[in-house]
Amino acid sequence: MNYLRAFVSLILLLPGLLMAECLTRGTGDMGIIIERAAGSLKVVDTSAHQVLFRVEGLGDLSHASAVYSRDERYAYVFGRDGGLSKVDILCGRVVKRIIQGGNSIGGAISQDGSLIAVSNYEPGGVKIFSADDLSLVADIAATEITDREGKKKGSKTVGLVDVPGQRFAVSLYDSGESWIIDMSNPAKPAIQRFEKIGSLPYDALTTPNGRYYIAGLFGQDGLSLLDLWHPEKGPRLILKNYGRGQQKLPVYKMPHLEGWAMADDRAFLPAVGRHAVLVVGSKDWEEIGQIPVHGQPVFVMARPDGRQIWVNFAFPHNDTIQVIDTETLKIIKTLKTGKGTLHMEFSPRGEEVWISVRDHDEVQVYDTRSMKRTHQLPVDKPSGIFFTARAHKTGL
Amino acid sequence: MRSLSSVMLALFVMFASSTLMAELKPARQAELRYLLRHDCGSCHGMRLEGGLGPALTPQRLDPWRAKQLAATILHGRPGTPMPPWRPFFTDQEALWLARQLKQGVHRP
Repeated sequence: MNYLRAFVSLILLLPGLLMAECLTRGTGDMGIIIERAAGSLKVVDTSAHQVLFRVEGLGDLSHASAVYSRDERYAYVFGRDGGLSKVDILCGRVVKRIIQGGNSIGGAISQDGSLIAVSNYEPGGVKIFSADDLSLVADIAATEITDREGKKKGSKTVGLVDVPGQRFAVSLYDSGESWIIDMSNPAKPAIQRFEKIGSLPYDALTTPNGRYYIAGLFGQDGLSLLDLWHPEKGPRLILKNYGRGQQKLPVYKMPHLEGWAMADDRAFLPAVGRHAVLVVGSKDWEEIGQIPVHGQPVFVMARPDGRQIWVNFAFPHNDTIQVIDTETLKIIKTLKTGKGTLHMEFSPRGEEVWISVRDHDEVQVYDTRSMKRTHQLPVDKPSGIFFTARAHKTGL
Repeated sequence: MRSLSSVMLALFVMFASSTLMAELKPARQAELRYLLRHDCGSCHGMRLEGGLGPALTPQRLDPWRAKQLAATILHGRPGTPMPPWRPFFTDQEALWLARQLKQGVHRP
């Protein structure tokens, strides 16, 4: 009799065991953390500092990034292998997954949330999908170039962001261009091309209001600035002498331009081939100064209130985070977080920062006022951390 | 006589280098494999199938000899983002990495 009861209760429990329970809650204090080696991600609760789900089967997530649907329920994850996955963070499962290219680098969601754009290395170009079912809406080929081995191919596309007016901005690494893609009419993408923006743009960002689009250059000093209120004026080169003609230091990992590190009317950007953070005035775009730092900066990120800048570094200095006070431009803290400190994400109002430490298989949480560690979570080879608050920020 | 000595020298170099290769400790080999996947992988992709930097698959590396690849690892490739890794690898380690790449280590 007891056996029968146990058997019946097992049968009743089975559906629950087989299907992950979906949560009934708001998602505003949730996020995802990429597990780059395992091809999985963890869904986290940023208030409770807890892992809610682990979602597997997302392919090659080395260099993965993500954007959120405007209802903050779905994360669109861009994998290195050209995979684009739509993940339901309330249910902890993949809703839809496609392989859209051979080798991709990231993407963006349109202003109205209806379109997902992906930038590809192989074949170069931008593909645009419906955010709903990931069906292809537009396939925009990149400028053809001849590589060092004499082969013809599409230029790699980098620094893809959404900008106001249902547009995307993107840069072309090999051909040195920036494009504005207007998707107001999804059937007829209108492309405005700007050539000769500078040598080898490696990444780009937009200001929070979506007015300026700035591409970092690997092949020369300076950055290319495009005023999207006045695209007719074309891009111009800013900070063009920041290297002061000195020999470049080797760069063991490319910096990333993500988000916008800004305080008052100063912007903070990583130098390339110099162990410095560049400070530039956001009115005239003239250099204000350079802050010498521990190594080649990778991410230069402002705490949301703009009072602090947190910086991580390229190999072999990737065990350290430095914090800069934006008023005095002095380094106020050097943290030894551990080898493979790859990414950080501030809580929406900045009281906390979450930091991925790859070689320790953990994410460390710091109080940004005391700059002391308060929590840590086990995460397998963590890289990108993306909180849902990104859903409502232009360029993220 | 001269050719004999150069043959001897070549044999000696081969012997010496194979001895040195054998001396790469398993722990160091593991370190180098990790570095290849994660740090070289930040440009070439964790599976070394390419990213901002080109793919490092055996197929693509076929036209080059291991020695040439080792030289590229150590000295970088001017005019491209490939930096010199000389501060981090010995000649033997660079050659070992080059041979690993030619054999294909990109599939874990």
